[in-house]
Amino acid sequence: MPNGGNWEGPGAPDVRPPPGEREFRIAADGVYLKLGGRKVFQGLTCGFFRGQISVVLGGSGAGKSTLLRMIGGLTRPDRGTIRVAGVDVSRLPERQLYRVRDRIGMLFQHGALLDSMTVFENVALPLREHSQLSESEIEAEVMRRLNSVGLENVERLYPRELSGGMNRRAALARAIVKDPEIVLVDEPFSGLDPINVRRIEALLTQLNQELGITLVVTSHHLASSLRMSHRIVFMVDGRALSGTPDDLLHSDDQRVVQFLEAEKNQSTEAYVSAIHAGGGAG
Amino acid sequence: MRVPAVENLGFATLKLIENLGSIAMFSVRILSTAMVRPLRIRRFVNEVYDVGVLSLSIVCLSGFAVGAVLGLQGYDTLVRFGAEANVGAMVGLSLVRELGPVLTALLVIGRAGSAVAAEIATMVTTEQLDGLRMMSVDPVDFVVSPKAFALVFVMPLLAALFIVFALMGGYLVGVMLLGLDGGTYFASLESSIEFRGDIVPSFSKSLVFGVLVGLIATYRGFTSEPTAHGVSAATTGTVVTASVCVLLFDYVITALWGV
Repeated sequence: MPNGGNWEGPGAPDVRPPPGEREFRIAADGVYLKLGGRKVFQGLTCGFFRGQISVVLGGSGAGKSTLLRMIGGLTRPDRGTIRVAGVDVSRLPERQLYRVRDRIGMLFQHGALLDSMTVFENVALPLREHSQLSESEIEAEVMRRLNSVGLENVERLYPRELSGGMNRRAALARAIVKDPEIVLVDEPFSGLDPINVRRIEALLTQLNQELGITLVVTSHHLASSLRMSHRIVFMVDGRALSGTPDDLLHSDDQRVVQFLEAEKNQSTEAYVSAIHAGGGAG
Repeated sequence: MRVPAVENLGFATLKLIENLGSIAMFSVRILSTAMVRPLRIRRFVNEVYDVGVLSLSIVCLSGFAVGAVLGLQGYDTLVRFGAEANVGAMVGLSLVRELGPVLTALLVIGRAGSAVAAEIATMVTTEQLDGLRMMSVDPVDFVVSPKAFALVFVMPLLAALFIVFALMGGYLVGVMLLGLDGGTYFASLESSIEFRGDIVPSFSKSLVFGVLVGLIATYRGFTSEPTAHGVSAATTGTVVTASVCVLLFDYVITALWGV
């Protein structure tokens, strides 16, 4: 996309679908939402391709988490549509939403593990609820998932006994235990030390590359976002600008420039290393 | 011309109707979960332990103290009329028909109802219920119903225990401290209390209070704001609303059915 110009919404000229893809797997179209008198979205239009890591960037209160909640059908827009795998989830009754959610895993900002259950029981819950697997098969699958996110010997612990990074990884194991097609990840790096940021980032990239999972990640962490994403959706003024990480870095849109400047001042080293790394996974 | 007081009254009335409708829908959702598989027996048993077994000590101790006070006050009053032989009847009737169910309900509200509301509200704040929804698990079925049914289940049992311990308290004071004859105490108790006229209505009252507490505690928690203030509002709201409802319903039940 040349210098940040008009890079907005599905079908915009900056959109570069991966080979074989013509349509968005997830698409928001003309979404309006007001929460507590505040206009969160004013005609939001954006989309996410299958098999890509898309990072949703934006300032606090820009509506990043709300967008994820709308994709999951947890928050309904006042107007507009949210299509997930061709199904408009914005008007579906709760019971019918379950069918769509069977294809989605979600990692919440603070994990959202059930604190009355052990890590094992948390990760096993989706399998116990929705699969016909025997208890021994469930146990094997849970241990495999926990190992895949680098967690060992924590299955008998309760979420309150885990560190922030371990909690996030356990929640990730729960989100992927049913082999979802799409994983929504809300602020996976917030409150984590650099080592854990790198670890989570590597896990998300691995999920995408090895399992082909479509990831939609919200983040404030610019360096990680640039490193791991195929596509950036930048939320501003209730709307979305989208393009590749390179497009973002070279945008002349003042709102993007201001955001990058602020992030640059906040974490110059991380920013520079991300640019040196070339920006973008694709 | 706007009349603020009338306008406020109108808004308040509409809000009340809306809330009542919402509670009615919520209770239908809870009931409907009891009719679909899987039945959450294990979670129900865990909740019975949390709201029932963990309330045993406070209920038994309070019952004993209330019975002791009733024995003391009853003796002091009845002895003036030479009717101290009826202490057992007085203690028993007031406990079975009124104090047992009501005081147990108030104790359970303070101990278990507030805890249930706080726990569910915290789950709302920490997105645990949304996490369940995203796993295609109905939070009403998985979290709310076992807690609500457990409160309904334990309330009559705890009330029965409260009454038994209160009768023991009354016996201790009346017989062992004030010198009443033990046989007289139990004879007046036995002759004054009827199974159909007193025990069954007492049990029914407790059941109604259990439904009220279970519904209010889970509803306030489930519909709380996802903030720290929301958790505290749900907790205090549960204690206040449930306590008032128990006392109001107690009057209504007593007035309508004379129990």
